[in-house]
Amino acid sequence: MAPLLEVRNLTVAFDTPDGTVHAVNDVSYSLEEGETLGIVGESGSGKSVHALSMVGLIATPPGRIVRGEVLFNGRDLLALSQRELFEVRGKEIGFVFQDPMTSLNPVLTIERQIAEPLRRHFGMSASQARTRVVELLELVGIPDAARRARQYPHEFSGGMRQRVMIAIGISCNPKLLIADEATTALDVTVQAQILDLVRDLKKKIGTTVIWITHDMGVVAGLADTVQVMYGGRIMERGPVRAVFHDPRNAYTWGLLKSLPHGGRRGVTRLYQIPGNPPDLTKEPVGDPFAPRNPFATERCRTETPPLGEVEGSVAGHKAAAWYDLRAALAATQVQP
Amino acid sequence: MTRYLVGKLAESLLALWGVITIVFFVSRVLGDPAVLLLPVGAGQQDLDALRASLGLDRPILEQYLISVLAMVRGDFGISFQHQRPAMDVVLERMPVTATLAGTALVFGTLIGAVAGAIAALKRGTISEFIVMVAALLGQATPVFWLGIMLILVFSVDLGWFPTGGSGTIAHLVLPGLTLSVFVSASIARLLRSSLLDIMREDYVRTARAKGLLPRTVFFWHIARNALIPVITMIGIIAGELLGGSVVIETVFAWPGVGRIIMQAIQAQDFPVIQAGVALVAAIFIVVNLLVDLLYGVLDPRIRRR
Repeated sequence: MAPLLEVRNLTVAFDTPDGTVHAVNDVSYSLEEGETLGIVGESGSGKSVHALSMVGLIATPPGRIVRGEVLFNGRDLLALSQRELFEVRGKEIGFVFQDPMTSLNPVLTIERQIAEPLRRHFGMSASQARTRVVELLELVGIPDAARRARQYPHEFSGGMRQRVMIAIGISCNPKLLIADEATTALDVTVQAQILDLVRDLKKKIGTTVIWITHDMGVVAGLADTVQVMYGGRIMERGPVRAVFHDPRNAYTWGLLKSLPHGGRRGVTRLYQIPGNPPDLTKEPVGDPFAPRNPFATERCRTETPPLGEVEGSVAGHKAAAWYDLRAALAATQVQP
Repeated sequence: MTRYLVGKLAESLLALWGVITIVFFVSRVLGDPAVLLLPVGAGQQDLDALRASLGLDRPILEQYLISVLAMVRGDFGISFQHQRPAMDVVLERMPVTATLAGTALVFGTLIGAVAGAIAALKRGTISEFIVMVAALLGQATPVFWLGIMLILVFSVDLGWFPTGGSGTIAHLVLPGLTLSVFVSASIARLLRSSLLDIMREDYVRTARAKGLLPRTVFFWHIARNALIPVITMIGIIAGELLGGSVVIETVFAWPGVGRIIMQAIQAQDFPVIQAGVALVAAIFIVVNLLVDLLYGVLDPRIRRR
């Protein structure tokens, strides 16, 4: 069966007064129906921009899709007109955004905000939409849904608002749900509740999910596949277990090494990746992580490594690296 | 909400009292109305008699207390010049002022809103540039100068409209236009920046991500929020205009509240000054209260207070 989403050579740039920002560079991957993909990377890694650009949600200008194809159900989203994209957004691809404090309109009721896509895409009447809104609120675990629906965002806590955001995202039963840093603004206990909810919803409605985050821990608990991005490129991707236990890209390794381990005894300083994030206004040359990579070779600085299948790991585990991280680690006796 | 209103009302009464007090003492410094009211060369005896009949011979604090207590009862005294209740003299002018204020507000707001929306939606284009330059000029041009220029061109040279006075639509055109220019320029500039701010909000991106049509996003998600500061501005302008634009009413000989207050000041007609200023302050306060109530309708976060 063809994948639900196939991104080919997606390249996005922003024309700013300081020069062209190369935000997303030649990103290609595919996503099967029912799969949960966790995309990890730091701010400016291109993880959010690439997702927003797929459905025309970046401002153009300054944004510009340089090239690429985004095949969704066999249709190239980048070739669609604005009008056709209105039909895809919210209906076939649902979004959940980062900050639930600012992502809901403060002057409209929760009911109206959840009902909007229903009325727009399914032509529901006000009363049909109301029934569905209450169902959705119950589905995302908001008690007393009928009464709460008539309230405004400021009457909800952060966690409850994020549940509302999720209700909006799944309202039209989209084939794909893209969650962009959906738990980042929440405190840890609420974050855990939201992740539970998403796992639960996946079981109930079986949506395909792209979960964008900077938190490796979140991905470990949620995703089937993890994709690590840096400097607008995919550095490594593969089944969560394989990537976490056997990273082949130095950036992935660094991210994993900087995670706190709950069980470890004593106080150890967390690993810190040296250096600063790349300057994306420079024409990308070579491996973007090379300047910060202790294992970088001469070739890394001049030639961009392709994302290729990793030797000696499971199928689908790919990494972009000229160096052999496993051999280098063995040689230096450094353990992740 | 009731508590909020009661609090606001108490605050307003305090402000009104402050205004009346300041005006009372400042007007007493202006000079002696008896001298102005009597013919030149009137004797000391006549002056003293007039002062006594106007109550101006009493100690100033006593005069103040008498005035304030009378005002509480709704009595603003008898106009020295007109020999009629001062408040009546001012209130008679209200419809004339309200006509001009209403015209300027309606046209100014409509033009300003359309211009501001165009500037925001056509960001970075020549349309935005033209609107912004026009608005800046409109705001920076002194209204009296614009008024005089309009009179010179359209009344004196072309003879299309009367140079001053009131009564017909033709009389209303030039002063209405002058004030509209100022009102629309202020509103266009504020609405544009407010719209541009709101367009960057996360919830606008949420609205787009739902697949809503651009007009739905604009009217329900952007404009609704962007209007909140604009409403305040309209309220302030409405309060100012309803109090009578002294400058414009003078330039166009428009017989409104601003003009009668101006004349009262020149004639040192204390009761009319006090009645006029009290009325203007009261209008300003009421308009602001209405704006506060309107806020509650537009923004549920305020409604709960």
